[in-house]
Amino acid sequence: MSLLTIEDVWKDYHGTSVLRGIDLAVEAHEVVCLIGASGSGKSTLLRCVNLLETVDDGAIYLDGVEITDVRANADDVRKRMGIVFQAFNLFPHMTVLDNITLAPRKVHGVGRAEAEEQARDLLARFGLSDKAAAYPDRLSGGQQQRVAIIRALATQPRLMLLDEVTSALDPALVTEVLGVIRELKEGGMTMILTTHEMGFCREIADTVCFLDDGVLLERGTPEQIFTDPAEPRTREFLKSVLDARRI
Amino acid sequence: MSEVTRVRSERQLRRERLRRTRAVRSGTIATVSTIVFLGAAAVAVTGSPGWPRVQDSFFNPEAFARAWPDVLDGFWTNVQIFLIAEPLILLLGLLVALTRNLRAPVFFPLRALAVAYTDVFRGVPTLLVILLVGFGVPALNLQGAPKDEVTLGVIALTLAYGAYVAEVFRAGIDSVHPSQRAAARSLGLSHGKTMRYVVLPQAWRRVVPPLLNDFVSLQKDTALVSTIGVIEALRQAQIYAASKFNYTPYLAAALLFVLLTIPMARLTDYLAARSQRRRGQ
Repeated sequence: MSLLTIEDVWKDYHGTSVLRGIDLAVEAHEVVCLIGASGSGKSTLLRCVNLLETVDDGAIYLDGVEITDVRANADDVRKRMGIVFQAFNLFPHMTVLDNITLAPRKVHGVGRAEAEEQARDLLARFGLSDKAAAYPDRLSGGQQQRVAIIRALATQPRLMLLDEVTSALDPALVTEVLGVIRELKEGGMTMILTTHEMGFCREIADTVCFLDDGVLLERGTPEQIFTDPAEPRTREFLKSVLDARRI
Repeated sequence: MSEVTRVRSERQLRRERLRRTRAVRSGTIATVSTIVFLGAAAVAVTGSPGWPRVQDSFFNPEAFARAWPDVLDGFWTNVQIFLIAEPLILLLGLLVALTRNLRAPVFFPLRALAVAYTDVFRGVPTLLVILLVGFGVPALNLQGAPKDEVTLGVIALTLAYGAYVAEVFRAGIDSVHPSQRAAARSLGLSHGKTMRYVVLPQAWRRVVPPLLNDFVSLQKDTALVSTIGVIEALRQAQIYAASKFNYTPYLAAALLFVLLTIPMARLTDYLAARSQRRRGQ
């Protein structure tokens, strides 16, 4: 049984469909990379999985249980996933440590001492030990994004959703965030990520999915997608990305 | 992107049916719980030992009918005071807020005056301002100073509320991000033009809900001018209540004020929700 199964998912906005029948299965420990132009539906798909959006048709299953069921409790579902956004969204009025321990303490009922110990372990693992008492506005963008990832990680999710986590960072800071994701993969974390970093996508993904106008047009191993894409649209997209890189 | 013309799957139709039944169930629960609550409240009030007395002196239909025309007539005065005072307050508030935002040293006396004004008039109870203006200004015997109570009432309310509204405006102006001001100044716009074309239009949207809240409060406070001899709704009700020893006319006045403030309160809610939606995206 797949960890996550997306079955014929549709999503409409203002009379147009932004997701048009997406099918996708994600196995445990698999890293799935969604690529595609802006507006192709990558982020919307992640938001549907996290139940931030309600699907307009189809179903999504986590560990074999339908999470798009009307009777499903969205909070319970989200407890089992971590999502990280492009804009970090750290709580500015809390220290790094409080940002990380908030959900473990208030949602999962972990005691303060235990939660802080776990948080400090995570901070140490990702080289941020000295920032525990700092407030988010004292951190660089890369550090903030690493804290955001740690915050999502602190609830020990089954699945991590990473939505363009490096898009708001300047190139020098991208590397450190990508390092964190690499580390997560080595730890066996199941992840779905959207990214514009094609090189990184190629390196880290087990499966690459190309979305085009709300349709999952093509999927395959990084090798296959990046060297020998079957669809003309995929080729076009990759070429435009390469051209942009060359300039 | 394609138009949505697809046929919904059996699963989606089932999901939508389930959503509808749940909506109906929520509605039913809300209705039943409201009826039970109101019923319990009604039983508690009407079952109290003093209820017959209260019913006679506060809910007396004859007294209500007798007082209604005059109270309604007086209420028109409240509405007029409100309608005249409101634009004056907006103007005064905006001027004071803008004055407090002037940075040049030459304007120091004006700025100090504006600060002193907001400090003093936010500190003094509105009723006291009305009494001081209502009885103090005519006593000066100044050439051209108004003697009419309604005018004096409007002046007093404008002074009292202008201080609050100035602070609301100032908070709104300060809430516009400094980078907006920097962007406008870097284009060569002067302080005044920056305010007028860039800052105020953005500030305005944010202050509308709190401003309306102040105006709901102003609508009620027009009743305070009864203390300086204006025969408005509250005074009319008082006259009837005193002559017949029946308080129902007060209820009539209260009803009129509520009828005036409820639409305003709903409008405030609506605007607040709308700006929330806009920012929430």
